[in-house]
Amino acid sequence: MEPIRIAEQLQGEFQASIFGINEHRGQVTLLVDRNVIVKIISFLKKDHKMNHLSCLCGVDNKKRKAAYRERFEVVYQLYSIENRTSLRLKAQIPESDQTIDSITSLWTGANWLERETYDLLGIVFNNHPNLKRILTPEGWEGHPLLKEYKLRGDVEWKGFEELKKKAVQLRQFDFHNAPTAEEAGSDE
Amino acid sequence: MGKINNDLVQIEEGISFIPGASAIVAPLNKLINWGRAGSIWPATFGLACCAIEMMVAGAATNDLDRFGIIFRASPRQADCLILAGTITKKMAPVVRRVYDQMPEPRYVIAMGSCACTGGVFDTYAVVQGADEFLPVDVYIPGCPPRPEALMEGLIKLQEKIMQEQGRWSQFA
Repeated sequence: MEPIRIAEQLQGEFQASIFGINEHRGQVTLLVDRNVIVKIISFLKKDHKMNHLSCLCGVDNKKRKAAYRERFEVVYQLYSIENRTSLRLKAQIPESDQTIDSITSLWTGANWLERETYDLLGIVFNNHPNLKRILTPEGWEGHPLLKEYKLRGDVEWKGFEELKKKAVQLRQFDFHNAPTAEEAGSDE
Repeated sequence: MGKINNDLVQIEEGISFIPGASAIVAPLNKLINWGRAGSIWPATFGLACCAIEMMVAGAATNDLDRFGIIFRASPRQADCLILAGTITKKMAPVVRRVYDQMPEPRYVIAMGSCACTGGVFDTYAVVQGADEFLPVDVYIPGCPPRPEALMEGLIKLQEKIMQEQGRWSQFA
């Protein structure tokens, strides 16, 4: 079945939960309500053999020039290996409540993709088995892909601060590189 | 008993040969530095694309082995840490640990723009120069530096080692 036909069928099935359908160069995108995302995707997986989750990512629309519906989106890129059709779903996430249901029950592989989206954008996935940071190190503050996050960061990662202190302390064990009194005093 | 010829023959500045005794007289500094400069063993440790150039420098065309530079797969057998690539803040504690595991005397070469200064990655995630947490001996600019540049850097390190005085222990 053509992707646009699948999209129309979805609209018939889910009615008001589908906010819009957009086709561009044969690629079909649906804007959907986040509350029914698991239902929609399991419907596509069962009835349209969309058995492959190619990609899952998040978008921050804050500085987007074109019109947009909500500040955040979670984008699901689905592919049917048997029918060779693909479909893109964009679940709308409002800034006031950055949560969406996890689809790890449908694909275990969504686990790390959702963790990445959480790590970089701060979108919380309900019912996720292990929702913690994946790319940034432990103790990181903030979500780097948010538009208000500064390029050089707001605060230094405390692990790196500790490392710099440790580097000065360990110099006392070097053959000929002992810290000067000034340097040794600064880390106390 | 034959007569020992006491006239020392100078074979290089500060190094003399005693004819008849089959002995060489030289300052310990020179001897140790000569040994160290001729056997720089770097740890095999690549961080990004510079590591590819480092591998090329070690391979047959350029052949670092001819300088006595042999890559070691363990920091405990290495004298030199070549920081080949971008050092992210997440990676920095790991790099430091590799350095801490190396026995003295040890040297650090920052290879490429990223390891020297952070390069184009002036961002929240990248260390702005390896010297923020490591004592760097030689900086090699380039993005990435050609294998010849890495060789030049290693030769500079050899020259630096030859200049050292009394780096024998932390008590010396």
